[in-house]
Amino acid sequence: MYALIAEISRWAIPVILLLVPLAAMIRGVKVFEAFVRGAETGFSTAIKTIPYLVAMMVSINIFRASGAMEVLVKLISPLLNTIGFPAELLPHAVMRPLSGGAALGIATDIIAAHGPDSFLGRLVSTMQGTSDTTFYVLTLYFGSVGIYRYRYAIYSGLAADITTLLASVYIVNALYGK
Amino acid sequence: MVNLIWLGMIVFGILAAAANGNIEAVTTAALEGAGNAVKTSLALIAVITFWLGIMKLAEEAGIITLLARLIAPAMRFLFPSVPGNHPAMGAIIMNVSANILGLGNAATPMGLIAMQEMQKLNRGDPRAATDAMCTFLALNTSCITIIPSTIIGIRVMHGSAAPTEVVGTTIFATACGMTVAIVADRLFRIIFSRPGRN
Repeated sequence: MYALIAEISRWAIPVILLLVPLAAMIRGVKVFEAFVRGAETGFSTAIKTIPYLVAMMVSINIFRASGAMEVLVKLISPLLNTIGFPAELLPHAVMRPLSGGAALGIATDIIAAHGPDSFLGRLVSTMQGTSDTTFYVLTLYFGSVGIYRYRYAIYSGLAADITTLLASVYIVNALYGK
Repeated sequence: MVNLIWLGMIVFGILAAAANGNIEAVTTAALEGAGNAVKTSLALIAVITFWLGIMKLAEEAGIITLLARLIAPAMRFLFPSVPGNHPAMGAIIMNVSANILGLGNAATPMGLIAMQEMQKLNRGDPRAATDAMCTFLALNTSCITIIPSTIIGIRVMHGSAAPTEVVGTTIFATACGMTVAIVADRLFRIIFSRPGRN
């Protein structure tokens, strides 16, 4: 199963790159011209995200580098202890929605220190793989179309993040619990 | 909410740095964050331009409409405000497929294309998210990953006996997160509903 999906992932883009232009050609599309017309707005779309990303990443970076994150971790760790969540992984859980790179760094440290096949190693691997950098995705996607009123998007995103975290703890405990 | 979180992180960050006697870290961190943001946006230019070109070809060849028609029932349920034959549908489908396959650098440009198309359907305040956008982001932030390739790579690097063993736990946790994302999105849509919005 895993090998099959891995194979599909490997072939997906080359196959798309072959089939899409061929199909367009057969349908009478002037392929080169159409590609260029479509690609025209790529630069402006990417550049438009700069102010949104700068705002968000400055704030996240200050929060992380100042030691405020450790304070937050200390504040919520008693709460998480009651559900069987190991304190060692709390920095990862807090960092995951804020900074993809920082979370990956923490996950790598834990895997290196405790081993990839330890309980902590498995749990942090699951936590890293299951959810995305919610704040980055929201800022980037909304920023690219000039939206800054997110309405309820943050609530549903965070609700999903908390659920994935609890589900990761539950399933890894159930399968590989100490 | 965004305003509060944003300000909160800065204010608590600066207070914590002052308490730790580490105030100069704030300036470095702020500039470093700005630098990383610009680097991220610049790196996006290439992938977005490339995928916009391919998407245009797919659109003119009629592939997007075809794809949209194939999984129309699920999409109609999730995105009732997006017309079935609209290019937004095609981009949403491509983005979700790329996410499932773990093709991160194709998923993001597709997602941004989908956002642009959904913005064209925005009949309300152009500065405020539409219902369809909120649903789309709920799907994306809880993204259905089948193969978490980065973390599998790190497990291999550290000599795991079964590096892909986390695939099963990942799918389970992701499915739970997705379900809650979709349900929460529906509930919030009702609570936050404003007439005349998409």
